[in-house]
Amino acid sequence: MNLTLRIWRQKGPEDKGQMVTYQVPDVSPDMSFLEMLDVLNERLILDGEEPVAFDHDCREGICGMCSLMINGEAHGPQRGTTACQLHMRQFKDGDTIDIEPWRARAFPVVKDLVVNRNAFDKIIAAGGYVTAPTGSAPEAHSVPVPKADADAAFESAACIGCGACVAACPNGSGMLFTAAKITQLSLLPQGQPERYTRVIGMVDAHDEAGFGGCTNIGECAAACPKGIPLNTIGRLNRDFLKATSKRAGTPGS
Amino acid sequence: MDLYTEGEPIADTRAPDGPIETRWERHRFEMKLVNPANRRKMTVIVVGTGLAGGSAAATLAEQGYHVKSYCYQDSPRRAHSIAAQGGINAAKNYRNDGDSVHRLFYDTVKGGDFRSRESNVHRLAEVSVNIIDQCVAQGVPFAREYGGLLDTRSFGGAQVQRTFYARGQTGQQLLLGAYQALERQIGLGNVEMNSRHEMLELVIVDGRARGIVVRDLVTGEISTEMADAVVLASGGYGNVFYLSTNAKGCNVTASWRAHRKGAYFANPCYTQIHPTCIPVSGDHQSKLTLMSESLRNDGRVWVPKAKGDQRAPRDIPEDERDYYLERIYPSFGNLVPRDIASRAAKNVCDEGRGVGPGGLGVYLDFADAINRLGRKAIEAKYGNLFEMYERITGEDPYEVPMRIYPAVHYTMGGLWVDYDLQSSIPGLFVIGEANFSDHGANRLGASALMQGLADGYFVLPNTLANYLASGPLEKVDASHPEAVAARTEVEDRLQRLLAINGDRTVDSFHRELGQIMWEHCGMERTEAGLRKAIDEIRTLRDEFWQRVRVPGDGEGLNQSLEKAGRVADFFELAELMCIDALHREESCGGHFRAEHQTPDGEAQRDDDRFAYVAAWEYAGTGQPVLHKEDLKFEYVHPTQRSYK
Amino acid sequence: MAVTGIILVLFLIAHMLGNLKIFTGEEAFNHYAHWLRDLGTPLLAPGWYLWLQRTVLMVAVLAHIGAATVLALRARAARPVAYAHRRKIHVNYAARTMRWGGVIILLFVIYHILDLTTGTLNPVGDSTRPHSNVVADFAPERWYVTLFYTLAVVTLGFHLRHGAFSAFRSLGQQTPKGERRARTAALVFAVVLTAGYLVVPFAVLTGLVA
Repeated sequence: MNLTLRIWRQKGPEDKGQMVTYQVPDVSPDMSFLEMLDVLNERLILDGEEPVAFDHDCREGICGMCSLMINGEAHGPQRGTTACQLHMRQFKDGDTIDIEPWRARAFPVVKDLVVNRNAFDKIIAAGGYVTAPTGSAPEAHSVPVPKADADAAFESAACIGCGACVAACPNGSGMLFTAAKITQLSLLPQGQPERYTRVIGMVDAHDEAGFGGCTNIGECAAACPKGIPLNTIGRLNRDFLKATSKRAGTPGS
Repeated sequence: MDLYTEGEPIADTRAPDGPIETRWERHRFEMKLVNPANRRKMTVIVVGTGLAGGSAAATLAEQGYHVKSYCYQDSPRRAHSIAAQGGINAAKNYRNDGDSVHRLFYDTVKGGDFRSRESNVHRLAEVSVNIIDQCVAQGVPFAREYGGLLDTRSFGGAQVQRTFYARGQTGQQLLLGAYQALERQIGLGNVEMNSRHEMLELVIVDGRARGIVVRDLVTGEISTEMADAVVLASGGYGNVFYLSTNAKGCNVTASWRAHRKGAYFANPCYTQIHPTCIPVSGDHQSKLTLMSESLRNDGRVWVPKAKGDQRAPRDIPEDERDYYLERIYPSFGNLVPRDIASRAAKNVCDEGRGVGPGGLGVYLDFADAINRLGRKAIEAKYGNLFEMYERITGEDPYEVPMRIYPAVHYTMGGLWVDYDLQSSIPGLFVIGEANFSDHGANRLGASALMQGLADGYFVLPNTLANYLASGPLEKVDASHPEAVAARTEVEDRLQRLLAINGDRTVDSFHRELGQIMWEHCGMERTEAGLRKAIDEIRTLRDEFWQRVRVPGDGEGLNQSLEKAGRVADFFELAELMCIDALHREESCGGHFRAEHQTPDGEAQRDDDRFAYVAAWEYAGTGQPVLHKEDLKFEYVHPTQRSYK
Repeated sequence: MAVTGIILVLFLIAHMLGNLKIFTGEEAFNHYAHWLRDLGTPLLAPGWYLWLQRTVLMVAVLAHIGAATVLALRARAARPVAYAHRRKIHVNYAARTMRWGGVIILLFVIYHILDLTTGTLNPVGDSTRPHSNVVADFAPERWYVTLFYTLAVVTLGFHLRHGAFSAFRSLGQQTPKGERRARTAALVFAVVLTAGYLVVPFAVLTGLVA
């Protein structure tokens, strides 16, 4: 099939950037979306043009590096699918496809479709862990964890940190990412001692990074390729309310 | 042979002796320690943030060292360990099914086809139990039983259920545990994290590894970073085949640069090929996707009996199908080990009986299982794998048999290290898939995660202290002549790549190199094929340096330039792999020489001539020097396997 | 947002119940309106209670708008460059119209006060005869007033639907089952309130109340 692509081209962080149109002929429906971009780039290189920069690595939907806004949807039209696993059979001959980077102040554009997502690392560094220095761990079976809790924790832990939630959110909020980690750790006994300091630290880091506030719209969960549920945000809110009330801040209470 | 010269044999001088059960413990006691007050004055560079690098950087920082960590991805959480699916082995014996440290040790040595070191493997089995404790304490959501205890399963044909898992995303969960520990140390200021940075050279001062030259992939800035020791945790080199299950960015550059500076490269030809991957769909193919091996528990593998049969699979009657694994290996059938299943698939495709685009695929058919167990049961077991298959191929595996084909998955070879995980360059330590030490010629399923975390959490932090305690080393900075020279080398090399301005893209070369390697240095190797491959690689490499086109400049993000540097190193590695494969005139584990097989088509080892580690020294491209390290087996005695 | 929203919602419920008294007849309705003024007597002087309530509502409204403004400004700052192509994948009309809906509701409330509280814009405008004010307001020839009122109330319905769900969420609703319940409750609540507010003008329009 033949496609028209309109791709955001931006030389660097300071450049203003614009949409540029490219024709890509003879696209096979068996190609992945990124392979279709590879084909375009091979041609651009031979034509003496700069290839389109885009982030990708594992190409099997787990590393979270790919990050394309395809026709206004984070990771494209197929639900539960990252851009790297999206295949061209989802499109038809003659389609025009708009490709843009994630857009958020907290995710500044590096070049073309590549953005900087270090803000997510900062949120994790502000509390998204259990303090358990190597060697200090008790025997794994000393604390049983109810299966239901372990399964629910896993569901939230499946987050790949791609940032689709931020890209899709009308408020540019990173609350689903933050809430996924908080939910995972607050469901497990190992996460309890730091439960309330964690939520304060992570929410502060989230706000400081320049993400917008959450208004419970739900675009994030709809765009999430790993199906992180929206109610994780409720868990975050509950922990946050408790943490900010005086009692939770009082040692021993 | 004209392709290499043989140097002095080497030995692992750090290897302890005595009863194998107490070697690690005694060795740990005998090693020197670094005073906590002195640790913060010492800097350690860690390259790579996967299971090995991430866990090592976090642990070293917890101990008080100043750590500088580097990864090429935009975040340390994206290292390719994240894609590991199956699980992690540990000798916990929670099932009371006869597992023990000794059995895990025994299975690993045997699984490695008697080409690994007994001492190393035993240590790995010992610390495996600590890994699970550590990960649980970090909040890794392992699968659990209803009673709240950890669930385990049997994996890769093991007879005990020692594999811990987190659905099909064990690597992801373990990596995020290490990543979170690392982020905690970054937050505390103990680790200086440099993402989107690529190591392009090693700096050696007075015979010791003292730093690296890195390129900031965003600004293009080249800088020299100095330290008291350098740890490479930069993963495997499966991408030399272009198509593999590795991430696109996985590369050998950090290891290869160290090799060129004097670190020996051991057993490069040991490559693991995984039999159940989704086949190539066309020339555009950029990577291969692995599907869990568990599919072979219920799927039946077959191809048409007739060559070039173009009928749809459902139209081929039962008596015109060849269930070749069941036919050749009646007792193990579809569950033969990875290498046998892979080779058999290649053989039937070579006969012209392969299916799908290009005839490179075999059917994995669930029709019988669906009839016997019902669709619901199959859905419950393999639902997400079937979904993934359909997403990629557009075919519904409940209706049409899956098509599978083998793909390169893991590389057992890597930089040579001693028992302390130190390479042949003092001060350069190598951990995880980047080293060669624990898996011999073949890695068991669910052992890669175990080794990465064992090295990073429990082995390296001890052995590195012993090295650092021998200091203090003289302070050197980036203005040292050796450092300046290394940096200049890097800059010149990048300029050379940019200046060629030819008429072929980097990917076109990489793809062609991959085809040569897959054809001649893949599942089955022959002397003639390997010699041909070496010639072709040399010709293609020369062409690369004359005709490659790298657009843009070195300032700022330039993904073509990154790829060009990596492919240039793959060319040199590819040649060494072929030489290694050529010199090893036996078949063992992931190395199968067609000339050396039993009448049944099994790998035929030659323990008299080849029970050694081949450690290659760099002496100019195409003139490697072989150093042999003899392997001794005191506890597990070499046997020949059979799956008939 | 949630806390101030809840205060306003409580008022809306009371206000709706009061409105519905119109079906019990003119006298009862007028009596109710006068009772409101005298609520709390003899503890409070006549009218004090009403002013107390107005103060609380005013503070809640201002705080609600203040919080909304902060969120809107943060959202704008969080995405300095807009998408060239933006498609909503998750069609949730109520959630997307919170901000403009809020503005429409605010404008309506101002009109509504000038109309039925101060009587400035009401054809009768006699504060002692609220029933006549209402009847005059929604007379068939003033169809445009009814239209505006309807528009505003429907907007309010949408606002309440997402607002109520969002309040549950902000105050810590956290299970999938609870989420389904919260969504249903919010929808039912919004529909009931919308209907409750719309019956009055339509009753006047159709002559059911005269």
